[in-house]
Amino acid sequence: MSAPVRSARSYAALVRWTRVGFVLAILVLWEIYGRWFADPVFVQPPSEVAVAWATKILPDERIMSALGLSVFEIAVAYVLAVVVGLAIGLAVGSTALGRRGFFPMILLLYAIPQVALISLFVLLFGLGPASKIAFGFSHGVFPVIMSVVSGMADAPTLYIRGARSMGASRYQVIRHVIFPYMVPSFFVGLRLAMTLTLLGVILAELYVSTAGIGYFTRVFAENFNPAPLFALIGSLAAIALIFNECVRMAERRLSRGREALRR
Amino acid sequence: MKRTALTARLIQLAFIAILMAAWHFSTASGSISKLFLPPPSAVWDAFSRLVVTGQFWSAVRVTLVTTAQAYLIALVVGAGVGYLVSRSRFLTDVFEPVIAGLFTIPITLFFPMFILFFGIGTGSKIAYGASYAFFPIALTTIAAFNSVEPHFLRAARSMGASRREIFRHVLVPRTLPVLIGGMRIAFVICFASVLGGETLSSIAGVGRNIALSAELLDTARMYAWIVFVVVTAVSLNFIATSIEQNAAAKGNVS
Repeated sequence: MSAPVRSARSYAALVRWTRVGFVLAILVLWEIYGRWFADPVFVQPPSEVAVAWATKILPDERIMSALGLSVFEIAVAYVLAVVVGLAIGLAVGSTALGRRGFFPMILLLYAIPQVALISLFVLLFGLGPASKIAFGFSHGVFPVIMSVVSGMADAPTLYIRGARSMGASRYQVIRHVIFPYMVPSFFVGLRLAMTLTLLGVILAELYVSTAGIGYFTRVFAENFNPAPLFALIGSLAAIALIFNECVRMAERRLSRGREALRR
Repeated sequence: MKRTALTARLIQLAFIAILMAAWHFSTASGSISKLFLPPPSAVWDAFSRLVVTGQFWSAVRVTLVTTAQAYLIALVVGAGVGYLVSRSRFLTDVFEPVIAGLFTIPITLFFPMFILFFGIGTGSKIAYGASYAFFPIALTTIAAFNSVEPHFLRAARSMGASRREIFRHVLVPRTLPVLIGGMRIAFVICFASVLGGETLSSIAGVGRNIALSAELLDTARMYAWIVFVVVTAVSLNFIATSIEQNAAAKGNVS
């Protein structure tokens, strides 16, 4: 009994260490390439990037406040996208007319490449945080709506009919039958919404190159100063990873609660 | 059943009609600044001017060629990497989470680096679009090849099929419906990221023209471009969806 358990554990360890080794190998290759072969105007080794992060990014108050503002924009856009998306999704998904009439239109809107509208957003909402929040929101809201509507269709018709024949009201059917079946799909939507909100906010940040993150990336790129550019982009990537991880953790905790609820 | 479908269609048509009417009347009454929302007729004029001057087709050609190149690269590299990774359980366990995890970071972040390495010509847009489309293709390829039931392979092998025959007659028909779904998503992402790259920093293409008209406050022309992109995207999506449904139907039959 213990042998397969141990071998499963050692297999997992092998997988993990191969992954770590792969990442390390890439860093080492990058270091070798950046230190001895590359043009320093285009590529800097990771050690130089780390130094640039500690000396140029971290102490610079303007960059830190720009990063803080981006975090704020992502958080606000995401919360708005989830709340509004949930409301629209419930409204559309709870009636047959909504599912057949409005859902196809929402699907069509979702298929539009929203980058085409970025100039419009800046024109309407200005160069400040409002346009970035609005653009992030418009990216994040669609996966939430989609996941809520398609999740509400996941409840077996038999259960709905059963509940109704036992005298459940429309609200009770939605609350006790449809809602629990919607939750897993909803969580997938939440995760996708975070990825897309990040995309929207960062696109708008880069598009508006007169202030904020977009300004600094442009300055570093135009001055051929790759070390601080890599460091700034790395910080943003870390922020993105943290946001994604928060959503994943919330999902894990909430779905554990849901399992308990079911039992 | 039929009545609901009809009402649904009516609602959609009515919604579009109301939207168009609202656009027409709000601009006709002058309650909205022409700078933000020009009347439909001005947008139409701007569009026909674009087509007549030939600006339109050259920009569209740049964007479409860039998208096609980026997509081809992503398709070859993504399907290749995905296939190789899917061949071993160990490689899948190691690399699948890495690829999926990287895909959650917006690659847009690294756009300044693409500009640094490849310049502001089409090269940076090709690289950017290809790296965005690589991830969904690689992920669906891994998922598709791993979803082939092992007993199909065992049966084919025990009946004496060669490696190539297994690939041709078992793996390809079994994975194609899933792959086509991933290819459609990747195409949408590829098209959007090429447009986005052009909008952010470029010298030509549809995205550049949208950003340029916005900078010049030529909103009628900007709306003309946006309407064109929306119509193109919606029709491409229709085509791709019908291809996908066809393939799925075929995959179920065989």
